[in-house]
Amino acid sequence: MRPKLHLLDDRLIQRILTEAFQLLETPGVRVAPCVFDLLASAGARVDNGVAHIPEWLARKALGTAPREFHLYNRAGDPAVCYGGDHVHYDPGSSCLNILDAETQSPRPAQSADLIRLVQLTEQLPQFAAQSTAMVCHDVPTEIGDWYRLLLVLWHSKKPVVTGAFSASSLQTMLDLLSIEAGAPDALRQRPRAIFDVCPSPPLNWSDFACHNMVDLARAGVPAEIVSMPLAGATAPVTLAGSVVQHAAECISGITIHQLAASGSPVVWGGAPAIFDMRTGNTPMGAIETVMLDLACSQVGKSLGLPTHAYLVAGDSKVVDAQSQSESGISAVLGALAGINMISGAGMLDFLACHSIEKLVIDAEAIASAQRLIGGIEPLTETLATGMFAQVGLQGDFLKLKETRALFRREQHFPSSIIDRGVGTGNRNDDILARARSRVNELLAGYAPPRLAPDREVSLREFAAREAQKIGFSSLPGLCREPASLHAVL
Amino acid sequence: MSQQAFQDMRQSIVDGAPETAARLAREALDTGILPLDAINNGYVPGMHSVGEQFAHHNMFLPDMMASAEAMRAALEVIEPELKRLGTTRPVAGTVVLGTTRGDIHEIGKALVGTLLSANGFRVFDLGVDVAGETFAAKARELHADIVGVSALLTTTMRNQKTVIEALERDGLRSQVKVIVGGAPVTRAWAAEIGADGYAKDAVSAVALARSLMERKPTCVATGDAR
Repeated sequence: MRPKLHLLDDRLIQRILTEAFQLLETPGVRVAPCVFDLLASAGARVDNGVAHIPEWLARKALGTAPREFHLYNRAGDPAVCYGGDHVHYDPGSSCLNILDAETQSPRPAQSADLIRLVQLTEQLPQFAAQSTAMVCHDVPTEIGDWYRLLLVLWHSKKPVVTGAFSASSLQTMLDLLSIEAGAPDALRQRPRAIFDVCPSPPLNWSDFACHNMVDLARAGVPAEIVSMPLAGATAPVTLAGSVVQHAAECISGITIHQLAASGSPVVWGGAPAIFDMRTGNTPMGAIETVMLDLACSQVGKSLGLPTHAYLVAGDSKVVDAQSQSESGISAVLGALAGINMISGAGMLDFLACHSIEKLVIDAEAIASAQRLIGGIEPLTETLATGMFAQVGLQGDFLKLKETRALFRREQHFPSSIIDRGVGTGNRNDDILARARSRVNELLAGYAPPRLAPDREVSLREFAAREAQKIGFSSLPGLCREPASLHAVL
Repeated sequence: MSQQAFQDMRQSIVDGAPETAARLAREALDTGILPLDAINNGYVPGMHSVGEQFAHHNMFLPDMMASAEAMRAALEVIEPELKRLGTTRPVAGTVVLGTTRGDIHEIGKALVGTLLSANGFRVFDLGVDVAGETFAAKARELHADIVGVSALLTTTMRNQKTVIEALERDGLRSQVKVIVGGAPVTRAWAAEIGADGYAKDAVSAVALARSLMERKPTCVATGDAR
């Protein structure tokens, strides 16, 4: 039996959806001019920039959105399944700062930091996908968004969770993906990336977000709606009320998306949070934030849609007991909720800072969560009597063939980060020291994934041309040596 | 009698009760209390008390917002009388606020603006998705002391720099202090783009803005909510 966690009963889900559909009609959803005609011609009423979307139109769009789709790795094999109760994890994205490995103080992230994180993620099976995790401060801001994607494509084979910072850079990012895939059709057929698109709470699709939804739908590249109600600030203070707003934002986004290209892949996702009434912060590790994520996801699943949430992040400023208890709890709860893509690992300080060391520790919590949802299965014909028949009361189970055949399936073996008395390390090493060792161990085993030479040349030339448009001539991080700060900077 | 009236005014702010604050203001004027005395001895101490209680986590942001609303209601009653008497309420400073180009998030900036207003600053809120040139034009028009630029997203935070550049182009940079805030904004970022400082939230932004005005032309910056 697969263990599952539900926070909402069916009746409450129906109430949430009923009110969400009501909100779509009154007060409606603020949208950008680029989708006025799209919505109006389909039957919505658009007045003064506000679309009033009737329930029948929204339900029609929900009906055409795919129930399941895949992201593919560089080889073209399906590597992430959005849909059903599949659970995958990726690191948090678009962070500005990195917690320096030596000083454990935050500093602006550089391309070398992103590359290290990508290489680690590549080595960690707990992460099914990469993310464009950091904004690199050694790259001009004008090209910062697509340059992150370029570095991930260059150093990784896994699928990528990404996003554009502007309508124009989305096209550059799609071009990069097309080059890497070999052709635009290849990208459409076997997309390697999914793009996060964020409505602005409450109930507002900005010009940039509308453009992205329409362009992604028409390109056939998956879009992931990241709705971010802040309970008590930009959304109702009640958790149930914020879930209603999240549903309305997702449904309106899906309506725009499906009207642009019916059947194009789209995800019911989000990064909801409570609003801390003492500070105005948005604690991502708060249990109420996790409850919002789980409830929002459950509503999306009730509609049969693929889901996403932002979990596995901690709010303390350093890697400590707080960050890891918050991250571990949400990693487990997200898995139990069957959320298809769970973003956020590695992040600290209200999503303001990434930590390489936290990422590898989080991977251990994720591995435990993945084991948990594997559940307890009857793997032998009799559960215990057959084995007792062999060993009797002497109880020498270690010698049984069943033991040898099944222990690897039943037991998860954590890495040296988790102190189980294994290894020859210094017994006084704390978890941070063990994480540093693990980082070095993983990076030492990283092998650069080479692209086909012609595509590598095309990718580099395209990037050079795009960078040259703003007078930027160097391309940091495109060397092929194993990543080190010295090699890249 | 006046002392009790001042105490009631103070309490109306602490309670976040706009109707009571306005009624007490009308009663004060009717009984001959000078409008500036009502502000300085009744309502302003109320806001100070609220700020202190917030700092000690005895009051929360919704309480602060209610107190600011009560302050606004009292001032609505008192300010016409100030004008009639030919006096003006001392202004702590003039602040132009807005959310940067490409960003339509309101909450943090609105909170900063509300608290600044409640604490005696003259605030002009340009709204959201505001270009650098618009900030500069309004700062010139109002002879602003401080320009506050909010951004919620890492993607729009970079546009805070364009506001500073616009002020430089207009020759205003030496006269106007730029304060930046928002969830992704850090002290390091403020320094990197040449803003004048940083405060972690709206409440400390008020304290810093006061401090800035006291030691002008030294400068500050605000943080705002996410």
